[in-house]
Amino acid sequence: MGARGTFTGGIHPYDGKDLSKDKPIKDILPKGDLVYPLSQHIGAPAVPVVKKGDHVLTGQKIADAAGFVSAPIYATVSGTVKAIEKRRVTVGDNVNAIVIENDGKYEEVDYGKCKPLEELTKEEIVKKVQEAGVVGMGGAGFPTHVKLSPKEPDKIEFVIANCAECEPYLTSDYRRMIEEPQKVIDGLKCVLALFDNAKGIMAVEDNKPDCVQILKELTKDEPRITVKALKTKYPQGAERQLIYAATGRAINSDMLPADAGCIVDNVDTLVAINSAVRENKPLMYRIVTVTGDAIADPRNFRVRIGTNYHELIDEAGGFKENPEKIVNGGPMMGFAIFDLDVPTTKTASALLCLTHDQVSEKEEGPCINCGRCVDACPGRVVPSRLADFAARGDKETFQKWNGMECCECGCCSFVCPAKRQLTQQIKSMRKMVLADRRKK
Amino acid sequence: MSDLMKVSSNPHIRSKAGTSNIMLCVVLALMPAAAFGVYNFGINALLLILITVASCVFSEFLFDMICKRKNSIGDFSAVVTGVLLALNLPPNAPWWLGMVGGAFAIVVVKMLFGGLGQNFMNPALGARCFLLISFTSIMTNFDCDAYTGATPLAVLKSGGSVNVFDMVVGRTAGTIGETSMIAIVIGACFLILLGVIDLRIPGSYIVSFVVFICLFGGHGLDFSYVAAHLAGGGLMLGAFFMATDYVTRPITIKGQYLYGVLLGVLTGIFRIFGAGAEGVSYAIILGNILVPLIEKVTLPKGFGRGGEKI
Repeated sequence: MGARGTFTGGIHPYDGKDLSKDKPIKDILPKGDLVYPLSQHIGAPAVPVVKKGDHVLTGQKIADAAGFVSAPIYATVSGTVKAIEKRRVTVGDNVNAIVIENDGKYEEVDYGKCKPLEELTKEEIVKKVQEAGVVGMGGAGFPTHVKLSPKEPDKIEFVIANCAECEPYLTSDYRRMIEEPQKVIDGLKCVLALFDNAKGIMAVEDNKPDCVQILKELTKDEPRITVKALKTKYPQGAERQLIYAATGRAINSDMLPADAGCIVDNVDTLVAINSAVRENKPLMYRIVTVTGDAIADPRNFRVRIGTNYHELIDEAGGFKENPEKIVNGGPMMGFAIFDLDVPTTKTASALLCLTHDQVSEKEEGPCINCGRCVDACPGRVVPSRLADFAARGDKETFQKWNGMECCECGCCSFVCPAKRQLTQQIKSMRKMVLADRRKK
Repeated sequence: MSDLMKVSSNPHIRSKAGTSNIMLCVVLALMPAAAFGVYNFGINALLLILITVASCVFSEFLFDMICKRKNSIGDFSAVVTGVLLALNLPPNAPWWLGMVGGAFAIVVVKMLFGGLGQNFMNPALGARCFLLISFTSIMTNFDCDAYTGATPLAVLKSGGSVNVFDMVVGRTAGTIGETSMIAIVIGACFLILLGVIDLRIPGSYIVSFVVFICLFGGHGLDFSYVAAHLAGGGLMLGAFFMATDYVTRPITIKGQYLYGVLLGVLTGIFRIFGAGAEGVSYAIILGNILVPLIEKVTLPKGFGRGGEKI
């Protein structure tokens, strides 16, 4: 069972990366209030440790984790806690959030002295990652320290750096690898320090030959790290497809990467791990791609978490044309937002502003059974039939046809000539089945 | 600002493929065979094609109107059915045959089952078999100005010899669109290059058919016998244009191979052991009926459950 560097299925959409890939990352300073939703991760919402009127410094903890599967939140500016109240977040919900009025001084806390990596114990490394509030920054938001604490650490054979960035339009990981490749590699080394039997694989899509070359050059003296160029195809960066392409191991929806001896972390997460372990710095920044044909100057920004989306749009020159649709994330798996008055969270990878909404332009027609969705499906299921079962509410047949193997990547809806909302129907059904399973 | 924005579930981009584009491609791909038919058999062939297409489109229009359904003729699927059915008619058939056949294909085989995507049988083939049974003498009479006598397959069946070259080019008696292997293959290549069809079904169909007639045809590995069987009758038209009909073939990938093999074997049985010389239409119709079963036994396993490689 060898690694094939690719997977079966997948699509080649217009990638739109040229809009922003050649512009350096720009640091931006927030102007308005910063909003920190208490739930920016999978698991229990964080618990505030500050109250209204408190003065906080940059890098000060403002909310603590509420259990093991949870993550603390840190202030990214200095200022005063203005309120702890319900605020709208990207998905449209109103959730509890801490609002901080920025005093513009950016006074930082003292992060303290740091022992070199070699002198840290494994427990100390995981603890540092946990304390820093690092979560999966590719979009899932799963607390990273949980991922780094598998039941049998000795059985982890591969730590995979997800440098695929297969979503169209997104270039934040690309810029990171071009501008700060050493931080990504150092982050990977921190994770490798936890798993004695593991090799590091940096998995990059081959549409980024410059990244492959830089990373290869920098890791040539690292016996534990290899750089692997994978075939460019969406969704190469989906966890299960990535593991398969990089190692030849296939996990199903009931398994975790650790069951196949793998740990997967994306570029931004590795950088966050690196600054947590080597500099004691909590997770405060992330790179966000602001792009799309409605944006005057598409580019990548290093954003302080909590910054309002309106400010990101302004920094990118504003709209040159009225956007018809704004997507939080990439066009394949991101979700459309109806209000820009929301904060940047730990999992916000991009803000995509499109002048035309391709979804509402075309009317949905009947399925002609063409099978394009079957060929495109990386989960190797039959999306058109699964959508029928979902529409009928037939949970049993849905599961018999392996509906739970769907990774919600959107390939089926993309290729469907009848423009059916296949992904949407399958997604809703999967949620219902998962809810049923939790009840049992 | 927020009233201007559109929201929907992911993904937010769509490919350019559309149902009507696909159907138009199929119509275009059938044009070489249709053009050769008109050249070969004369003006009556052209009239039949036009009448059949018109009958199909009008039947769908009328059905939609009477049932207060949304008008669906814009997807061009009725045109595909019309052309396919016409290509399966004898060149000297009366005009009303195309009309009756077209109406039967659309109303009985397609619309009564729910319209596009819901029919379990290829409408053109269903109508052809209906006509074969109802008007046997007309449907099996291939005499026309250009050719008299039996079709090459009938000659072959009775032990006579045939000119394989003429069969490949299409200068033989037969239905309007089935005689020219070259014209059909040109159209098929066009569809394959555009990605509208693939070789899974035609490939497994033709290969298994060849294997079958080599084993049971009584001529062993006789090249000209095999070539005559491939070029003769409706095999090429059936394999590339009717067995690949999306709606009535299995959607599972393994199922498509199995379906192709099944069609090859059935066609072989009908041609060699059956009463008539032809077998493609009945083979495909029988195959259509078995599709749900084929899908049932070829359900993909899913990623991480053994299905990741296929």
